[in-house]
Amino acid sequence: MSQRIVLIGPQRLQPTLNQVVDSLGVTGRVAAVTAGWEEREGEDRELSEHLGGRTANLDVWARVEDIMSSDSELVGLMRHRADRLRAAHEFYRLRLAHALDAARELLKRQADPGYEDLLQAEQEGALRTVRAVDAGHLDRVRDIHAEFGAAAQPARRSAVIKHRQELQRVTRECELLCVAGGHVIVLLHRLALLDVLTVWGTSKPIVAWSAGAMALAERVVLFHDSPPQGQGNAELYEPGLAAYEGVLPLPHARKRLRLHDAVRVQLMARRFAPDRCVTLDALTRVEWDGTRWLGAAGTQQLTPQGHLTEVSA
Amino acid sequence: MNTLAQEAEYQARRGPQAFDAWLAERSVPIVDGRSVTFVWRGEADEVLLRHWIHGLVGGLPFHRVHGTQVWLLSIDVPEGSRVEYKLEVARWGERRLLADPLNQHAAADPYGANSVVHGHGYTPPEWILPDSEARAGELRTHHLHSQAFGGERRVQVYLPARFRTTRRYPLLVVHDGEEYLRFAAFKTVLDNLIHRLEIPSMVVALTQSPNRLEEYADDPRHARYLVEELVPELERLYPLVQKPSARGLMGASFGAVASLSTAWRHPGYFGNLLLQSGSFVFTDIGNHDRGPLFDPVVKFVNSFRKHPGRPTEHLYMSCGVYESLIYYNRSLVPLLQKSGMTVKFSESHDGHNWENWRDRLREGLSWLYPGPLFMVYE
Repeated sequence: MSQRIVLIGPQRLQPTLNQVVDSLGVTGRVAAVTAGWEEREGEDRELSEHLGGRTANLDVWARVEDIMSSDSELVGLMRHRADRLRAAHEFYRLRLAHALDAARELLKRQADPGYEDLLQAEQEGALRTVRAVDAGHLDRVRDIHAEFGAAAQPARRSAVIKHRQELQRVTRECELLCVAGGHVIVLLHRLALLDVLTVWGTSKPIVAWSAGAMALAERVVLFHDSPPQGQGNAELYEPGLAAYEGVLPLPHARKRLRLHDAVRVQLMARRFAPDRCVTLDALTRVEWDGTRWLGAAGTQQLTPQGHLTEVSA
Repeated sequence: MNTLAQEAEYQARRGPQAFDAWLAERSVPIVDGRSVTFVWRGEADEVLLRHWIHGLVGGLPFHRVHGTQVWLLSIDVPEGSRVEYKLEVARWGERRLLADPLNQHAAADPYGANSVVHGHGYTPPEWILPDSEARAGELRTHHLHSQAFGGERRVQVYLPARFRTTRRYPLLVVHDGEEYLRFAAFKTVLDNLIHRLEIPSMVVALTQSPNRLEEYADDPRHARYLVEELVPELERLYPLVQKPSARGLMGASFGAVASLSTAWRHPGYFGNLLLQSGSFVFTDIGNHDRGPLFDPVVKFVNSFRKHPGRPTEHLYMSCGVYESLIYYNRSLVPLLQKSGMTVKFSESHDGHNWENWRDRLREGLSWLYPGPLFMVYE
């Protein structure tokens, strides 16, 4: 993995993207993906102005809309995939809830002297169960996508081919790809359909934030510790586009996670190890420089002990 | 008498200055765990606590600390309670109802304002306060002619921030919309919950009745107005998801009766009901004791209990345990559940008031209309 990848905190209120772009030495055009904003994809004036008017929006959301409007067979296959995914997620959630309840309960426990080994064995077993539930689900989701790929063969469809060719033409002139947040699954599926990462290649850098950072990871994990309904169980939802490895991005972590709850922090860190669970709040930044991950000051990761530590520490 | 009340009495006996100094370090009423001590200072023949806690003796008397103008009353209040009250002060044969001058917490309603005790464990939710990060929605006013009522009706429509005509939105119709806006911070709550992704961006119609006690009491004209006039007009004006699963109806007190009765008269039209402290008075035998305004309500609820049908798909109901209506609301739950609807019932240590209804909005709205919280990361 030699491509430079920079993951940054949310950009709406405290944008830092222009500083990142400067630090990468990018002086030319910047390709932008705002497909996570869905029908608001084109409302990218602020982003464009922030970068001095040199963005080229790849119009990923609109391109997929165009493809769907002209290829009803593909739409049918996409709907079939969506139905299968929905069912898979529903069944996964049922198993996951029980597995996580057990893991949380055991991680909360303190063993009496002389019984520490027994508790530790059960804690590790509970974590193995959670990881097994995650892994099984991920396999099933991969299978569903593979079924879709085999049936739909997007790369052979004329509308898809046309848009991929256009993307190649637009991205050729750009020095940097930046991927904004929004609806992570919409973004993920649309980037995948157009195979944007292959089009972009591996020689030029990528900057991503929020859902953009999540979609580009190896695994897409949805999370919120304090939703108004339910337990707030983080879900390993889908395989990501795997533009990078070794980091699980957690945008808006301070708002979404109970970072003072050692059990929850510990569970997250241990469940998704060896990936580092990195909190991506405003002004944070973590960068793969081609050889290792480097965190800007204040960028933190969850530890297996239930604390937070600087990424570079 | 608890320790804190004894301490208050001791300080009062030490004289006004000592008591002032002691009191200045505390919020009044003084909350110490479950114990709440009310304080009144001044000349009076009698001081009573007037509250709206059903089942508790009305008009609880303060006792005067001998030789002082300090009056004290201590009561036990369960964890997480919110209690609205006034002080009744008798002097020279006159009785006056007053807001507690020593208490900074007050709650407004259409009839004025009450003082409020925040019991141990109760804090006002943070999502009722304006959030500078939350984008603000917009209120538009419409007037439409109602054939059902034979006159003009005013409705305010809440459009979420970043509203656009190219997408479709769920619709929630609210009874007593202006009161929800004024006394339950409803616009701020909608802005915040949408911003937090806890509910989807939605269109909310805030309706108002010039004669709610009549029109909300199972009046067929009202149901007709909502189903045949208001919603079709809104669906013409705005990009709405025109399906029962995306339509909701809500209200409090008589507004909850109007919501249920409309859904009952038009089963399946609204997929979601949010009923707060519904005035669902019924009788199993004989007449009710609520006065003639409740006659049509009781008739409706009795009929509903006999033939509930399946008015909606998802029903969220809440009631305060300090309300007399808690008995009726609790009693309806098993019946509602048996009808095949998905029902969630929530109780709070609160009374029949707008802040109780405000505090339940997050739970009710996010249960009926789950937002894209797990899916969207901006």
